[in-house]
Amino acid sequence: MSEHFARPETDHPSEENDQSLGRDAYLSTRRLFFRRFRRHRLAFISAIFLIISYVLLPFVGFIAPYTPNERNSDYLFAAPQSINLFHEGAFVGPYVYATTGEADLTAFRWVYTADKSTPQKLEWFCEGGDYRLAGLIKTSTHLFCAPEGTTVFLWGADRLGRDVFSRILYGAQLSLTVGIIGIMISMTLGLFFGSIAGYLGGTPDYLIQRLIEILRSLPELPLWLALSAAVPSHWGPVTVFFIISVILGLLDWPGLARAVRAKFLSLREEEFVRAAEMMGATRSRVIRRHLLPNFSSHLIASAALSIPAMILGETALSFLGLGLRAPAVSWGIMLNDAQNLSSIELYPWTAIPMLPIIFVVLAFNFMGDGLRDALDPYQH
Amino acid sequence: MTLPHAEKPNLPVLSVRNLSIRFGVSKPVLQEVFFDIHHGETLALVGESGSGKTLSCRAIIQLLPKAAEVVSGQVIYRGGDAECDLLKLAGKPLRRLRGGCVSMIFQEPMRSLSPLHTIGNQVGEMLALHSELSKPARRQKVLETLARVGLSDAERAYKSYPFEMSGGMRQRAMIAMAIITEPEILIADEPTTALDVTTQATVLGLLKDLQKETGMAIVLVTHDLGVVANMADKIAVMESGQIVESGPIAPVLSAPKHSYTRKLIAAAPVIPEAVACKPEAAEPDYILTMRNVCKSFSLRASKPWQKATTITAMKEINLAVTRGKTLAVVGESGSGKTTCGRIALGAMQPDEGGEVHYCPRSGEMVELQHLDKRQRCAFQQKAQMVFQDPYSTLNPRMRVREALFEPMEIHKIGTPAEREARACEILGWVGLKPDMLDRYPHAFSGGQRQRLSIARALMMKPEFLVCDEPTSALDVSVQEQVLALLRDLQARLGLSYLFISHDLAVVASIADSVAVMRAGVIVEQGPVDQLFRNPLHPYTKALIAAHPEPDVHRPMDLNAVAKGAGSAAGWPEEFRLTEGKLPPLVTAEGSHLVRRFG
Repeated sequence: MSEHFARPETDHPSEENDQSLGRDAYLSTRRLFFRRFRRHRLAFISAIFLIISYVLLPFVGFIAPYTPNERNSDYLFAAPQSINLFHEGAFVGPYVYATTGEADLTAFRWVYTADKSTPQKLEWFCEGGDYRLAGLIKTSTHLFCAPEGTTVFLWGADRLGRDVFSRILYGAQLSLTVGIIGIMISMTLGLFFGSIAGYLGGTPDYLIQRLIEILRSLPELPLWLALSAAVPSHWGPVTVFFIISVILGLLDWPGLARAVRAKFLSLREEEFVRAAEMMGATRSRVIRRHLLPNFSSHLIASAALSIPAMILGETALSFLGLGLRAPAVSWGIMLNDAQNLSSIELYPWTAIPMLPIIFVVLAFNFMGDGLRDALDPYQH
Repeated sequence: MTLPHAEKPNLPVLSVRNLSIRFGVSKPVLQEVFFDIHHGETLALVGESGSGKTLSCRAIIQLLPKAAEVVSGQVIYRGGDAECDLLKLAGKPLRRLRGGCVSMIFQEPMRSLSPLHTIGNQVGEMLALHSELSKPARRQKVLETLARVGLSDAERAYKSYPFEMSGGMRQRAMIAMAIITEPEILIADEPTTALDVTTQATVLGLLKDLQKETGMAIVLVTHDLGVVANMADKIAVMESGQIVESGPIAPVLSAPKHSYTRKLIAAAPVIPEAVACKPEAAEPDYILTMRNVCKSFSLRASKPWQKATTITAMKEINLAVTRGKTLAVVGESGSGKTTCGRIALGAMQPDEGGEVHYCPRSGEMVELQHLDKRQRCAFQQKAQMVFQDPYSTLNPRMRVREALFEPMEIHKIGTPAEREARACEILGWVGLKPDMLDRYPHAFSGGQRQRLSIARALMMKPEFLVCDEPTSALDVSVQEQVLALLRDLQARLGLSYLFISHDLAVVASIADSVAVMRAGVIVEQGPVDQLFRNPLHPYTKALIAAHPEPDVHRPMDLNAVAKGAGSAAGWPEEFRLTEGKLPPLVTAEGSHLVRRFG
């Protein structure tokens, strides 16, 4: 290295190679974001799972073989039945075995025995209990149901002989929407207070910050309990449902407000915002054209991360008997039935509603994480 | 290179050979990088950002990003009698090597020190890891080292937290941390890029002194050829992952063989040794005048009921921008130069008593300190700003088209077709192509973004531009292109610039007159030729002396730096700025003013 070395000159493209950018150059940050999100396998699968779940909500009546409050007094605490395809080596198509229940008077429990001699083929597009498709069209056609004299309890039956599988599907309607309604309220409040605090600063900021701290210091569960105990008992299930969503939303906004405020403060320092101000852009134009587009995606990510808290909140309230009330069906109400230790021990399928809760909450968390990672420009 | 005759008694302490690194399956980002370094030598790795210089020096101590894969190569380290390939080390020997035999100084002194630990604690940690010394002995050694790196009150520095120190002091603490284990090799990755030019000079001086004392080898990564010329014995120029030229410093800088090296040297800003005297206009036509402008901020206390504290950002500023010319405001961070620019654009109101007048080419003079709505609207069309950070100056959610149209949309000027035509015309002026209109900012490099920022400022046919450090975030070669563009636009459109910078050399190439600011006051101002030919104020002298020239025969004058760059209270009596007693700006020669008594 003591010598003077120079590499022979080659044709170096002096200008930046535009070809290497390709199509990317013309893609919006949103498109790039989606591409990054798609690479996040778990989050992408979760997002698809959630989208399918929500799309199916209006049509659960069609998928479910029973209506939510249809009682079969002969089949109290019936065990889950399996759907089989082959009988004694021969293909017969989906079928179930008929079961009969008997009270075991020494153990004080119901015991069901299956009649394995004759397969009972499931019926397709059959008539069953009445329901409203998408809440509008009254119909009684179900995707599948058990033939006359038998039952199809995929995940067993509860203490009144109601089908757990059908009830979970109906319960999803309330349990999943409570999060969405709650998050809308919480987002509106969070956006409003957060942007006031972030944009105005000074005394409003100070007051809002302290309000947030006070709200955050309140013990959540007792507060929920107190608020929902205040709901008059004669109100209908739909009203109660709505009130519960509002309560959950009202208590959730401080987290979002903080996120919005922080984002507002950091965006205000960006030079493109100052540039727009110096060009003479009005305040509303700056917010509309520069601030909101840049943090809307952040907002969606943090909203996705707070929906699980709402779903769990509804479940907790209903589990304690202070949320939704029968005849409404939600996962929390169903778990309320599983409060009794002996019933869980004897009939473990009454606790099955925990599974959809776990799956949905995990899916929201994975999706939220994926969104957040895809939004982070320093990731790649 | 040295490979064939490796039997020389004086073997290099570190040899990097054929080092190739790639990310994933793409083409290697480093290709067959090689360099040698002997005891007591400084090797400079020079190149633009993305050329692979940081990656190559990080590979030495295996501090590579996870995705990086070493394809081939060796890093031979000869410590004592042993000789080993550093790329094959792992576990304990690797940890012993890092910080023990090879230390590193990072670019950002703000981020490379832990904010939660005292300086003494962090520097002492190195000893705790790499020596058997007892606690009191460690403390003694840390104190000695802190004193050695020029922290005057070592006892106090030992106990202070990083936030209590200035950037220069933090970088000194970083250096103390790196040298306390007496490493044989010190890797300094852009150690002074984040520092003011005067601080840079003193830190570089310190590194040089330490090297003389300890005989360590320094690998200096930098993009600044001025730093190289002042520090290095050998140089390796890198371009897109390859070493394109290397060798002893003097021949490479004086007779570069590779075109890329020539390009870098040509782009390096130089303070001219002699500036031609430009005749001054007899009756100057000022586009902007600031008279007796002061600005103080009241810092809001953390609680609404506490009293606000007042901070004076600038005092008694008198400036005038001649039409079609460039006035540069130079100063270190915190000197009030950005505030000055914002007041010149009416984005900030001066304190009571200050006057800012703007005379458009046609039409009447306006007073920026009390504009009504209609006047403000008209003024905002004529005066625009170019910002510092190319990465935050464009909204990532807007296409170039929308960004360029925005000023016209705000002022409701032109039809979409007219806007489109104007945008295409201006993109041509700034050296970009009209088909880039539909791209998003992420598809542009830093230099291109700065061109876009200039294009946006030009959309409204302005007469006056405030450029707030438009090149300080750019690579040296790109910086020269942007400066050339600004000069070209000035000649073409007759623009007037208020150019804010911390770098006197940049200013020398673009300004017609200069105002040097320190601590919120102008200490010296005048035409560019007089100021560089005959700097009078110790601070101006320090700024000029501190600028590293890409010429081995013009070393920095650290003495002059030390005299002028210290606190303003340490200047000679006649220049001293003391509370409540400001020396007046007196005329030295023509319009050359300096702030001093008598």
